[in-house]
Amino acid sequence: MAEFFHMGGYGLYVWGSFGVTAICMIAEPLLLRGRSRGIRKRIARIARSEQGAHQ
Amino acid sequence: MSPRSVHWFKFSSPSTFYPVAGKISTVSAVIAVVLIAVGLYMSFFVAPTDYKQGEGYRIIFVHVPASWMSMFIYVVMAGWAAIGLVFNTRLSAMMAQALAPTGAMFAFLSLWTGSFWGKPMWGTWWVWDARITAELILLFLYLGYMALRSSIDDPRRGDRASAILLLVGVVNIPIIYYSVQWWNTLHQGATIKMGEQSSMDETMLITMLVMTFAFWAYAIAVTMARVRTVILERERTTTWVRELAMGER
Repeated sequence: MAEFFHMGGYGLYVWGSFGVTAICMIAEPLLLRGRSRGIRKRIARIARSEQGAHQ
Repeated sequence: MSPRSVHWFKFSSPSTFYPVAGKISTVSAVIAVVLIAVGLYMSFFVAPTDYKQGEGYRIIFVHVPASWMSMFIYVVMAGWAAIGLVFNTRLSAMMAQALAPTGAMFAFLSLWTGSFWGKPMWGTWWVWDARITAELILLFLYLGYMALRSSIDDPRRGDRASAILLLVGVVNIPIIYYSVQWWNTLHQGATIKMGEQSSMDETMLITMLVMTFAFWAYAIAVTMARVRTVILERERTTTWVRELAMGER
C-alpha cells in the first residue's frame, strides 16, 4: 500500500497531478449546483413577490 | 423555410432546449462517472510501468486528456460564437458562455499537471517553451473571454464582442498543436499523431483514450448543466422561467 502511494519516488508528482485534477472536477459540479439553486430561488422569490403585488 | 430547418431552429430556442440539456447532462454524467472509474483503475493497475519514466509517466493519463479538452472546448466555443454572430441566435452565445469555465479549468489542469510532470522529468516546474506558453495564452483567452463578456452590461452586445475575441483567438489552437513540430522545443513531440502508428504501448494508449472519453463526457455533463443555469439567469424575466421556478418549490 505504501509502495503504491510512493509511486517509485514520483508520489508527490503523480498525486499532485491526479489530486488537483480530482479536486477541480469535483468542485466544479458542486459550485455549479450552488449557483443553479441560487438563481432558482431568486427567480421564485421575485415571481412570488410580484404576484403578491398584483393581488 | 423547409420543414427540416424548422425542426432545427426549434431547438435553438432556450425554452425548448432547457429540458433537452437536462437529459443530456444526466446521461453524460453517468457515462463520465463510469469511464472515470474504469480510466483510473487502468491508469494505476493495468497500464505497465514505463521503462524510461517509471511510475511518473502516469501523469499523462490526466495531462493529455486535459490538454486535448482545453483545445477542443475552445474550438467548439468559437464555433458556437460564429453561429451566434451569423444567425443571431441567443442559445449559441449561451452555449459559448457555458463552455468557457470548463475549458479554462482544463487549460489550468493542463498547465498544472504538465508542471508536475516537468519537475521530475526536466528538472523544472516551468519553462517558456513554445507549447507551454501557447497553452498559457489559451488560459488567458478563456479568462479574457469571460471577463469581457461579463464586463458589458448589455448581454447581446457582450455576446458579440466576446465572440469576436474568441474567433481571433482560434489562431492559437494550431500554434499549440503544431508547436512541437515548428519549433525545437523542450516539450516532447506528439505521441499520438493523426494517420500514423502510435509510438505508445497499447494498454497505455487505451487508458489514455478511456480517460479522454471520460473527460469528454464530464465536459458535456457540466456544460449542459451550466447552460441551463445560464438560460435561467438570462431569461429570468420571461414567463416560462418564472412558471418553472414557481413550480419547482
